[in-house]
Amino acid sequence: MDNQDTGHILSYSQLAVVLVILLALTGVTVGVSYIHMGFFNVPVALAVACLKVTFVLLFFMHLKYEGRVIVLSFLSTITFLIIMIGFTFWDVAFR
Amino acid sequence: MTATPSFYHQSAPPGLTGIKAWLLTHDHKRLGLMYLGAVFFWFVLAMILGLLLRTELMSQGRTIMGSGMYNSMFTLHGVIMIFLFVIPAIPAIFGNFFLPIQLGTDDVFFPRLNLFSWYLFMFGGLFAIISLFAGDGFPDTGWTFYVPFSVQNSKNVGLTVTAAFILGMSSMLTGLNFVTTFHRMRDKRMGLMQIPLFTWSLYATAWVQILATPVISITFVLVVLERFLSIGLFDPAKGGDPILYQHLFWMYSHPAVYIMILPGMGVISEIIPVFSRKSIFGYKAIVWSSMAIAIAGSLVWAHHMYTSGMSDVSVFVFSLLTFLVAIPSAVKVFSWVATMYKGSIEMTPPLLLALMFIYLFSVGGLTGLVLGAVGTDIHVHDTHFVVSHFHFVMFGGTGFAFFAALHYWWPKMFGIMYSFKAAYVGAVLTCVGFLFHYVPMLILGMQGMPRRYYDYLPQYETGNFLAGFGGYVMCLGIVIMFVNLLRSFRQKVPAPADPWGGTTLEWKIPSPPPVHNFIEKPQIMDFPYDFKGVVEQSQQNDR
Repeated sequence: MDNQDTGHILSYSQLAVVLVILLALTGVTVGVSYIHMGFFNVPVALAVACLKVTFVLLFFMHLKYEGRVIVLSFLSTITFLIIMIGFTFWDVAFR
Repeated sequence: MTATPSFYHQSAPPGLTGIKAWLLTHDHKRLGLMYLGAVFFWFVLAMILGLLLRTELMSQGRTIMGSGMYNSMFTLHGVIMIFLFVIPAIPAIFGNFFLPIQLGTDDVFFPRLNLFSWYLFMFGGLFAIISLFAGDGFPDTGWTFYVPFSVQNSKNVGLTVTAAFILGMSSMLTGLNFVTTFHRMRDKRMGLMQIPLFTWSLYATAWVQILATPVISITFVLVVLERFLSIGLFDPAKGGDPILYQHLFWMYSHPAVYIMILPGMGVISEIIPVFSRKSIFGYKAIVWSSMAIAIAGSLVWAHHMYTSGMSDVSVFVFSLLTFLVAIPSAVKVFSWVATMYKGSIEMTPPLLLALMFIYLFSVGGLTGLVLGAVGTDIHVHDTHFVVSHFHFVMFGGTGFAFFAALHYWWPKMFGIMYSFKAAYVGAVLTCVGFLFHYVPMLILGMQGMPRRYYDYLPQYETGNFLAGFGGYVMCLGIVIMFVNLLRSFRQKVPAPADPWGGTTLEWKIPSPPPVHNFIEKPQIMDFPYDFKGVVEQSQQNDR
């Protein structure tokens, strides 16, 4: 209705490139775990994980090729997750 | 049109007969009726439990049960009413039956998933029953399963939260089906602002189901892990935080209040214009207020936790946000009242029940402001005032909307009419009994009587007796309503396709509908609540 299915099939080579990137990023995660960065230990590990998730969502889960409604739907779930976690941590921070 | 066989006479998928035609059906209408049967069973059971609780409280000391049984019984009443009646009632029954029809299509987007959702619902209910008899019996934690009590006590908490987990999955999948059907299946000529308000309310609800339900599912898993593995998530001695549980629980359970009430509001938005013979006032405002309630309602969960030890900053912010939700709710109430202004009102049982909804829901909403404001909430927190407020919203609101929906769509679902007189008697008794039941609780709460207590001080006896008396009157009214509807199967007075003069698509097809809903391509109106044709037809009939 709002989103006519246009059809999108990724080639094996494209999928393989994404797989290699993901494996490389896994290597980065392992690598940075050996480097002591103090406060930044967790933020850096989370940043790498987020980057990997983004690749999975965009290519393996086809989000890059979807219409506006699907993308907006997905972003709304992320927004709610941020609010839920943010507000809860916020309570702890001011307690 | 009358020659077309109804969905009762044709199975989907074709070729199935007898009980198989029901248990393996993909037809959204049959599934709606299957939910009706299951939900009806749970409602009656929980209503009896509630009546037994109030009977116990009618006099001081032991009346009909001991304190342990009392604790388990109010937990069971809460769990059944919330997870097996109020949440699924309107979306699963009327949503399944009417959402595809109102969108001008023949079924939901995932018919098999719809059947699977029903099986999950039944399976979850079965787990709840098993937990009654297995292990050390049904939990006595209340439906909120607060830690540390739910982690430490010996009752069957694990199995009960598993039941709620499965029911949550059913709810999520139904929501997913509705959102997808809304976007992918509706008639191509139907624009967003041509969609009936009941369907809009289901759409807003479905989003909350999809976004909030996973949180409670995860929380229940954490409770089970905590019980069996003692990880220390909620135990301060191990670095955990008991308030974290309350955050996680209410992150779902407050939006769940809107899962419960939004479809009810959608029902009222259908009924009021039809029996006022007038276009709904503020169609777009109602659509946007549904979405606003869904969004703002998801951001106010911690207003249940003002006395929990949460930070003052959070208390202030959540109180402020809570007051924001009152705005879209009030937009709806004002729109309904404005719709009736200068309308040509025709009194029928659905309209009477809808008017009762507006009154009772308004009381529920206004008492909610007392609880949303921190200063007054601390005074009445965990008292009977909260119990009364909650029931004004959930029963006076969703319960009465459910009764109104049942009376409004009964002729369409079963193709038969019921006795108006008995419906009026039942509705009035239910409403009067309701007020006798819950107004004394408001006063008891203001006087300081705590909720969930087995016994009380002598000064609370009159109020508790009155509440119990009101409970019996209310149940009598409900029984009359249900018996009247069930008697219509014996009387078999045939219902026309459009007994009320409705304008939405379900009134354009036979009663009961054929298996694929529409015999010919439906005509999509520019505005779904345009009553010009209905009024002209009625004037011609008068001449």
